[in-house]
Amino acid sequence: MHAAIIIFPGSNCDRDMLSALRLAGHETTVIWHKETELPNNIDLIAIPGGFSFGDYLRCGAIAAKSPIFCEVRRHINRGGYALGICNGFQILTEAGILPGILQQNIDTKFISKVIDLRIKNTTSKFTYRYSTESKISIPIAHHEGNYFAREDDLKKLHDNNCIAFEYINNPNGSSHNIAGILSENHRVLGMMPHPERHVEKAHGCQDGYPFFEGLLHIS
Amino acid sequence: MLKDGILDPQGEAVKNALNSLGYNQVNSIRQGKVLEINLDETSKEKAIKIIEKMCEKLLANTVVENYEIEII
Repeated sequence: MHAAIIIFPGSNCDRDMLSALRLAGHETTVIWHKETELPNNIDLIAIPGGFSFGDYLRCGAIAAKSPIFCEVRRHINRGGYALGICNGFQILTEAGILPGILQQNIDTKFISKVIDLRIKNTTSKFTYRYSTESKISIPIAHHEGNYFAREDDLKKLHDNNCIAFEYINNPNGSSHNIAGILSENHRVLGMMPHPERHVEKAHGCQDGYPFFEGLLHIS
Repeated sequence: MLKDGILDPQGEAVKNALNSLGYNQVNSIRQGKVLEINLDETSKEKAIKIIEKMCEKLLANTVVENYEIEII
């Protein structure tokens, strides 16, 4: 599979994302946000974590208006796969591609630790390698990870089986313990935790590996 | 400004700090942003329309925020 990793000024998890995708066997291309075209054969767009544009205005707001985003939107509109982790999730919500917004953590502190997740949707291409009984340990590192959405959007997320990951012990105040959500067609995923940080033996835990390995079979 | 009913942990922290300075009359604080925009436009009506569009497109996230425009 061919994945394009989009980089903005202030992205800082792009190399981890690249490394996780390569480890799982993906071909990768790195795309700078000022580009206006994507290669034709892209199967997956990956938006990494970091502090794009210094988190100015709101986290992800400026990145969501960058030149490459017309192409990202086009890829998604024609049913392409996309993944946003941490700041990448914030960018996807600011772009209106995923519903809701990530607000400041409820206790106003930056949280960096390993947390446990429950898999709510085990049929999407991102999560089918896990079972509903799986409890996976994945690092989080964010200040704005408190997921908020209007009641009607939350209901839609539940009704359409769009909640991918749930915190077992909610660290940041997220509505309904939401850690990651899917688009209605289950082809776009946004999540605050960092599966790319738990893929190698040296990471001490490889719970994130099946996530990237599963994505090998998206086309 | 954050809409009513949206939790504002920063405003709450500022309120607690003021309370601890002895300003016990402070019941709540909502924190927002002010952007001063110097616009190349002489018509007030047009200026407001342009800025409204800017708010909808970028400056505000209307999922949780309201905005007000004032010409000064």
